[in-house]
Amino acid sequence: MSTKSTENPHFQDHLMEHHHEENFFTKYIFTMDHKMIGKQFLVTGMFMGIIGVMMSMLFRLELAYPEQSFPILELFLGKWAPDGVMSPDMYLALVTIHGTIMVFFVLTAGLSGTFSNLLIPLQIGARDMASGFLNALSYWFFAMSSVVMVVSLFVESGPASAGWTVYPPLSALPQAMPGSGAGMTLWLISMTLFIVGSLLGSLNYIVTVLNMRTKGMSMTRLPLTIWAFFVTAVLGVLSFPVLLSAALLLMFDRLLGTSFYLSDIFMGGEVLSYSGGSPVLYQHLFWFLGHPEVYIILLPALGISSEVIATNSRKPIFGYRAMVGSILAIAFLSFIVWGHHMFITGMNPFLGSVFTFTTLLIAIPSAVKAFNYITTLWKGNIQYTPAMMFSIGLVSTFITGGLTGVILGDSALDINVHDTYFVVAHFHIVMGLSAIFGMFAGVYHWFPKMYGRMMNKSMGYAHFWLTFITAYGVFFPMHFLGMAGLPRRYYSNTAFPMFDNLADINVLITYFAIIGGIAQLIFIFNFFYSIWRGPKAPQNPWKANSLEWTTPVEHLHGNWPGEIPVVYRWAYDYSKPGAEEDFIPQNVPLAEGEESGH
Amino acid sequence: MNTVSIIVLVVLAILTLVQVMRISEVSSEIQGGKDNEVSEKDNDTQGRLMFLVGMGFVISVVVMYIVWGRLSLPEPSSAHGSEIDGLWNLSMLIINIVFFIVQPILFYFAYKYRGKKGTKAVHFAHNNKLELFWTVVPALALAVLIIWGLNVWSTLMMPENEEEPIVIELYAQQFNWTARYSGSDNALGFASVYDIEGANIVGVDTQDAASADDIVTKELHLPVGKPVLFQFRSQDVIHSAYFPHFRAQMNCVPGATTNFQFTPTITTAEIRQNKDVKRHVEEVNTIRTAQGEDIWEFNYVLLCNKICGAAHYNMQMDIIVETEDEYNAWLNEQKTVAETL
Repeated sequence: MSTKSTENPHFQDHLMEHHHEENFFTKYIFTMDHKMIGKQFLVTGMFMGIIGVMMSMLFRLELAYPEQSFPILELFLGKWAPDGVMSPDMYLALVTIHGTIMVFFVLTAGLSGTFSNLLIPLQIGARDMASGFLNALSYWFFAMSSVVMVVSLFVESGPASAGWTVYPPLSALPQAMPGSGAGMTLWLISMTLFIVGSLLGSLNYIVTVLNMRTKGMSMTRLPLTIWAFFVTAVLGVLSFPVLLSAALLLMFDRLLGTSFYLSDIFMGGEVLSYSGGSPVLYQHLFWFLGHPEVYIILLPALGISSEVIATNSRKPIFGYRAMVGSILAIAFLSFIVWGHHMFITGMNPFLGSVFTFTTLLIAIPSAVKAFNYITTLWKGNIQYTPAMMFSIGLVSTFITGGLTGVILGDSALDINVHDTYFVVAHFHIVMGLSAIFGMFAGVYHWFPKMYGRMMNKSMGYAHFWLTFITAYGVFFPMHFLGMAGLPRRYYSNTAFPMFDNLADINVLITYFAIIGGIAQLIFIFNFFYSIWRGPKAPQNPWKANSLEWTTPVEHLHGNWPGEIPVVYRWAYDYSKPGAEEDFIPQNVPLAEGEESGH
Repeated sequence: MNTVSIIVLVVLAILTLVQVMRISEVSSEIQGGKDNEVSEKDNDTQGRLMFLVGMGFVISVVVMYIVWGRLSLPEPSSAHGSEIDGLWNLSMLIINIVFFIVQPILFYFAYKYRGKKGTKAVHFAHNNKLELFWTVVPALALAVLIIWGLNVWSTLMMPENEEEPIVIELYAQQFNWTARYSGSDNALGFASVYDIEGANIVGVDTQDAASADDIVTKELHLPVGKPVLFQFRSQDVIHSAYFPHFRAQMNCVPGATTNFQFTPTITTAEIRQNKDVKRHVEEVNTIRTAQGEDIWEFNYVLLCNKICGAAHYNMQMDIIVETEDEYNAWLNEQKTVAETL
């Protein structure tokens, strides 16, 4: 594919003119600059993340001490926690909104939105995204969807509470639970806005990566971050529309009386007038997005950690082509495995066999990635920046969580642990922790690029260790709860004496969760403090090769003051024999007689 | 008042932190602003910590297996359960081998190759043999698991019956279970939500001849050693019939009938004598006595395992597995649909 540069001799003058006209609103709010939009995504995602994590601390408190009174619950939940005891409806609402916020608002928009926007133009050598306007729209749809989601927390009948997957009929019928009233309608509106924003962003990322690479930046010279963001965007474009249709059909069932997902329902003493629909259809549509969504969350984190691990090991990423190949393989397979969420819905057993086969195949490219990370560390010269710490944490959680996937992907084994805490442990470790560690790694690594200042490293270390230890402390014991048969989404385990001896583990988990949650304050403080008072960043603080570090520390529209740099090599010429320094930026021409790996 | 004091405390805490940061900032400026860069000392400390905490994690996993391993479900009480458990054990063995090899290597490398001044990393960009090796080995291990897994799955889902299974309907509604036995003809009468009325809670069509000998109960009794074909229905939202002790689970979907077949192999009386179950009961009863609650006697239980509303966490039914004679005696005491409706 040809690469072209978007040079314009008058571009620079044009930029300067605009630079002086900017006021607060054009600079920070209605900006079309990809760097600022990335920061908008990040800060909005962090805000939503705080809500999501606080919710988990509240319901963890309830799970550890069911039916006990905590004034703090009444303070936050009001009428939903009379006398400080959380109601079952509120418990379900909290787990639902926690899941929705973490999966979509934090780990999809907050992670992919932030770093795709920030890094795609900077790392491929482009002045900005293909369409700055679409990019701004993408953020504003996301912002609106966040507002609607937060508003839904305050409606009279409570927020959506049918689980983050909102399976009908539970989510379709307001009679089924209070959360399926106005809260559910707002949830669907919020998700619709979210999907529109996500699609606009993804299209933009794809077009930008394909068309706007600088001279010399062939696809095989792209940093792995860009590969990950690119494939993520493709996944999003192919799968989010299916969720959109699922959500629209659900809205029709709720508001217009159609029967896409509903049939033969007796509720509140009468038969409802729905006939001929199937709730399982919704699950097929939902998981056709839902499973690629897991990789929409995970791939950007893997891309970020590839970059961070190579840079800080001072080594080329091991097996670049295998890494790209495994991203592509995972992406392809992610479209044909959705049925493993539905082994026990009563679907044709033959389908179960097919989905078991395709699901377990994903373990192969995943194993390749894990081993390549470890080999990248081998004989490296590891620089322990906080970003590097989180990346190593990611490799650990990716392995731990990935391994239990071998069990859950096997239909015969899934029968007994489906919807138990074993699943909760699995997906929180492999997807939640890995992605959030990748996101933290990205923030620590590119903070100097975003704000021109450095974050405090000691607070970074403290943040990492507290997060790493408490995260495993929360989620690893859950495997044992699952193996004891404890179902997820239970308000309390007290109704079954067989679970009475699990109470201690629940208390332990809650302690870890609360300490881990509070530890995030270190990060938030470090983040905002460093924006204003952190030490000024040098141009290339981590001695990295990729193009973003050739831009000036002060942001300007168009990214490079002069010509866009030309690329002569891949992004991973670290510690190359014969070179004086242990890094050679991509825009450095090949020395005489030097062989280019890529 | 409480709220105000909390806000004041938080604001004060933030202000204190900012002041502390200012002081460290000033002292760092005095030292030439270098103390925020990653130093050799940082690499050394953090590399060592990686090893310590990483190995600590791996060891704590061993401890968890020792301390909490006993919490796992007791031996399966169904014929197919031992096949699932066999596959489970092999899968667990494989993933544990990988875990206990790869995690220590990761943290060891993180420690061993911590940055030191004067050393240079080795430029090692790819090695096809190595990569082929760790593509093929997982592929082989997975091939074993896939083939075995699919085998078990098809025997579960398409059982070959030597004798005709007893047909029992499990009917789910917010938030309880009802069982309907097919009676002497071993055929369930037609039922639908449109026939629900008064005492006819599961909507049996009384005009259907097959329904006359159906028996609707709130208890689930099963004969040991006989295959039972469960048919699941739901009247409102999706529920999931979860029989953890029998390694069985199936969703109950409104508007459709799903099914699952298994053969109970251990009676309730026998499983109460199982040493793992005895220990479990003892442990639970120690806790319950301390909290002043009733003593618990072990029973098989059916749980709802798909979020279904506020009382989802308490949607249950006891299951009693007994000898065929006891089962028949119990069933004969129950009233048929013809008698009750």
